[in-house]
Amino acid sequence: MLDGNAIAGLTVDIFGVDMTVAVATCARCGSHGPLAETAVYMRGPGVVVRCRHCDAVLAVVVERRGVYCVDLSGLSALEAVTDEESRIST
Amino acid sequence: MNWRVGIVVDLRAETDRVASIALRLAGWPGHRAGQHVDVRLTAEDGYQAQRSYSIASAPDDAELVLTVERIEDGEVSSYLVDELRPDDELELRGPIGGYFVWEQSLGGPLVLLAGGSGIAPLRAMLRHRLRSGSAVPVRLLYSARSQSELIYRDELADAGRRGGVDVRFTLTRERPDGWQGYDRRIDRELIAEVAWPPAERPLVYICGPTAFVETAADALLALGHDPGRIRTERFGPTGG
Amino acid sequence: MHISRGFHGRHREQADPGRVPPGQYVTSDFPVLSAGPTPRVSAEQWTLSLVGELDQPRSWSWDEFRALPREDITVDIHCVTKWSKLDTAWTGISVDTLLEGTDTPALHVLAHCDGGYTTNLPLEDVTGGRAWVAYAYDGEPLDPEHGGPARLLVPHLYFWKSAKWLRALELRLDDEPGFWESYGYHNYGDPWREQRYDGD
Repeated sequence: MLDGNAIAGLTVDIFGVDMTVAVATCARCGSHGPLAETAVYMRGPGVVVRCRHCDAVLAVVVERRGVYCVDLSGLSALEAVTDEESRIST
Repeated sequence: MNWRVGIVVDLRAETDRVASIALRLAGWPGHRAGQHVDVRLTAEDGYQAQRSYSIASAPDDAELVLTVERIEDGEVSSYLVDELRPDDELELRGPIGGYFVWEQSLGGPLVLLAGGSGIAPLRAMLRHRLRSGSAVPVRLLYSARSQSELIYRDELADAGRRGGVDVRFTLTRERPDGWQGYDRRIDRELIAEVAWPPAERPLVYICGPTAFVETAADALLALGHDPGRIRTERFGPTGG
Repeated sequence: MHISRGFHGRHREQADPGRVPPGQYVTSDFPVLSAGPTPRVSAEQWTLSLVGELDQPRSWSWDEFRALPREDITVDIHCVTKWSKLDTAWTGISVDTLLEGTDTPALHVLAHCDGGYTTNLPLEDVTGGRAWVAYAYDGEPLDPEHGGPARLLVPHLYFWKSAKWLRALELRLDDEPGFWESYGYHNYGDPWREQRYDGD
């Protein structure tokens, strides 16, 4: 089990920008923090991102033949800062 | 963020299991200390495998350095540590990561807690701190199983002799004769000794295996440190 | 595509092509794949239940479960991540044994596991000697990382259907997609027809 840093590159593929500093809010328990601090399970048929506090599934990414299928329904919010400085870091 | 191809210009065995790979990359945009790259390997039949590795070199180093630990059954790490040769090409993309980064403008004081190969991005931070003329006080605690498994040992010991830099080691499975460092797994007492008290509001970066990171982070929170001033990066196998 | 000199990937075994479904590689490793933390449950707490569309729900404690007639089987397993492992040796209780004597109008099964994982299968795919609840691998108790105390074992389908940390089989009249099925994986998952994803 890793953390959101392990999917930084994947978030660039999906969102066009590194989302590890984006604040993720768990739809089940309401806890929130940077995506980098979520629990990430990568060794499987897909990537599963879980809430560190309640284990709820926040997001699932499945790659099917070159296309990313992204389910974010476990997040009630994912807030990214869009200032130029954070863009430069990717 | 596109894939680019770097040339291996140097390979260095750091320990029995760990190698540092120095790469030359045309048009590399530069990086911030703590960031990583994704490396992609492709076999002749098209089979691909991809892994992330922290950049172990400082932003102003001439070459990009990745420090890789060979893990058991690791198809990418065993290639990088055992097979790669100078002049080989390596496909990678980056730099990646905006969370686990330190630059002198972020200030300090700075606490770096490293477990095993988690020392790699923290070495980049330490080099940046030393090269940038920053006066931010820094304390590094590096945990490894044995003396022979301490990566960059001489460089880190030398850094620890510089003003404002304190480097300590702890070994978890060995106590060599004459050893001056600690000899146990990190725990709350050890972290309390090494880190500044919460009132100093240090910036803390923790990197290593998941269990190490969680023990360290829990200890810091129990000591009263602000979770917003603690950044963590867990290392582990990602191959399926 | 940039080729990496000298890279071959995880060691791939040679195998009789008749045993290897399309798009698969054969390995002797046994990688641990998971979607969440490894649950830990003691033998004292563990139960296995049959629930849903049957005359009487059934439940076994660990000791009761282990007292059922067991089978040693050797099967090939195929993971949707493209790895196949041949001649894997398991010990378990046939699902037929668990269902013996029950009367059910159910056509579908939903497996429920510690940690919340689920997977769905047609009832006919877990009966007729095609499925087991396995508690040992290679003669040793099944490691928690590989699904211990007990997992479902359905070798003729992709291995995500062989649900780890099994606690209940729910017999249903209608089909309810499980975890990976609701995130885009195929509802049935036949490796021989390469049914990896929804719509294949």
